[in-house]
Amino acid sequence: MNSQLPNLNKHRTVKVQRTIDETSTVKTILFNDTLCSKAKPGQFVMVWIPGLDEIPMSVSHIGNKFVGISVKKVGEATEAIFKLKENSEFGLRGPYGNSFKILKGRILIVGGGVGMAPLKPLIVKLGRDKPTVLMGAATSDELLFFKQLKERLNENLIVTTEDGSKGLKGLVSDILPKLLEKKSFKCIYACGPELMLKRTLEIASKFKVQAQVSLERYIKCGLGLCGSCMINGLRVCKDGPIFSIDSLKSVKDFGFHRLDPSGRKIPIQK
Amino acid sequence: MAKISIEVVGLKLKNPLMNASGILGLTGHSLKRIADSGAGAVVSKSIGKDARLGNPNPTVVEVNCGLLNSMGLPNPGVDAALEEFEELLKTVNVPVIASIYGFSPEDFSVVAKKIDSLNFSAYELNVSCPHVKELGVEIGQNADAIFNVVRKVKSATSKPVLVKLSPNVSNIVEMARAAEDAGADGLTAINTLRAMKIDINFGRPTLSAKIGGLSGPAIKPVAVRCVYEISKSIKIPIIGCGGITSWKDAVEFFMAGASAVQIGTGILYSDLQIFEEIIKGLTAYMKKKKFKELKELIRLAHREDEKV
Repeated sequence: MNSQLPNLNKHRTVKVQRTIDETSTVKTILFNDTLCSKAKPGQFVMVWIPGLDEIPMSVSHIGNKFVGISVKKVGEATEAIFKLKENSEFGLRGPYGNSFKILKGRILIVGGGVGMAPLKPLIVKLGRDKPTVLMGAATSDELLFFKQLKERLNENLIVTTEDGSKGLKGLVSDILPKLLEKKSFKCIYACGPELMLKRTLEIASKFKVQAQVSLERYIKCGLGLCGSCMINGLRVCKDGPIFSIDSLKSVKDFGFHRLDPSGRKIPIQK
Repeated sequence: MAKISIEVVGLKLKNPLMNASGILGLTGHSLKRIADSGAGAVVSKSIGKDARLGNPNPTVVEVNCGLLNSMGLPNPGVDAALEEFEELLKTVNVPVIASIYGFSPEDFSVVAKKIDSLNFSAYELNVSCPHVKELGVEIGQNADAIFNVVRKVKSATSKPVLVKLSPNVSNIVEMARAAEDAGADGLTAINTLRAMKIDINFGRPTLSAKIGGLSGPAIKPVAVRCVYEISKSIKIPIIGCGGITSWKDAVEFFMAGASAVQIGTGILYSDLQIFEEIIKGLTAYMKKKKFKELKELIRLAHREDEKV
């Protein structure tokens, strides 16, 4: 007796096929994996660096040849993944979680920093139905996938930087209301720091636009069993990571609290 | 309509199903989620005196017919647990059992005393923890240690005390007897089996803690055997646990001697719908076999041995 999908939970060994330096702190790691090639935008994998850790990473590339993750080095495990070279091996299970539900109509994508990672395969999937993409980062260097998105989207790409080094100066949440005043959108898909997401949903609610966000929590089992990744009654690894604006309405901890590795409730850092 | 409600250790259960400790019991909200999924009672993640971060990942790995876990008892500690569960305990409509752990009898009783004023209905003692005085031995592997822990907790609280037994022993009936002699009100059988998976690609155990606990369908025959054996010699009620994924599994446990059952790894395969699924299957079975009450199923498999 096994789980629903064959071998989804068993660690595969994958070999790095290519790496792409996206920014000075973010790298895309490309590899081959049959199960991940069927991943839907929004899903994540558990990446195992033997001897070190096993952490969740959004699938940032679902292509014909390769699949990929984009890692920002923020700690020991992400640094180890960042340092992977061609032919390095790591362990993998998944893909896990739900995915962005694509609605028909004009789409707006809102991404902050490395939050663009799970949004990129969504943008690619929308293909010729080019979405408008509002992307922000602290500085020009950190605008993830800027070049390929500019080529693909042209004037549909709007960028903001906090220091004004590229595009409009400010946060995406400064620009978003102006954008929604000018154009009507069927749905907003967003990923980034949680306070940015909270702001985004407040604005979406004000303009009565549908929205789906990708949330991040400390994930341990990735199987929906241990409860470490819960936000109130929702399991980010199993009920999410994608949540609609409606499902988050009564979730008091959204934008305020998360659980630390011991399960203690702590405030979300600004 | 077959009656599947039952009273166990003084707890009135609308149905005999609970989650196993460690499955979604980390926060009040997560326990509410299980209650909303239809469980007759819910069991918290093991609470200890001090906060623990748990082990680094990997902490779970799926194996054939089961799951290996070595979470490492992550929990926010009893003081944070007080805050965390207070709200839930005011609003939840099923009994909530607090699982508690410690490394000595004192540890267990400190935790029990601290949370005694909260609305937990009972305690389940997780004795599958290393004994602080005896290296390499779990409390649950030593009859005297079990006896001392139960005695200490029973003197600290007037609430029902269950002991969750470890199967990693040569004689589980001896352990059950020690718990009963010390005054335990009931037993949960069983906890996980010590086990390991080695990744042959990387040449190392997959779990960061190397050895973990095996749960799921693979251990069900062991768990059923334990319940059956304990039920032969011990009078206090047993809650069966180990590899239940369907109503048929639950019936095996009732027949072996369990008055209620816990579901853990089963949620991996069927998610939280499993509670409603089992309730449906169990009531249909009882109707078909003309059982009016759950009581009629309990210890049924002993019938042959006990004919005079």
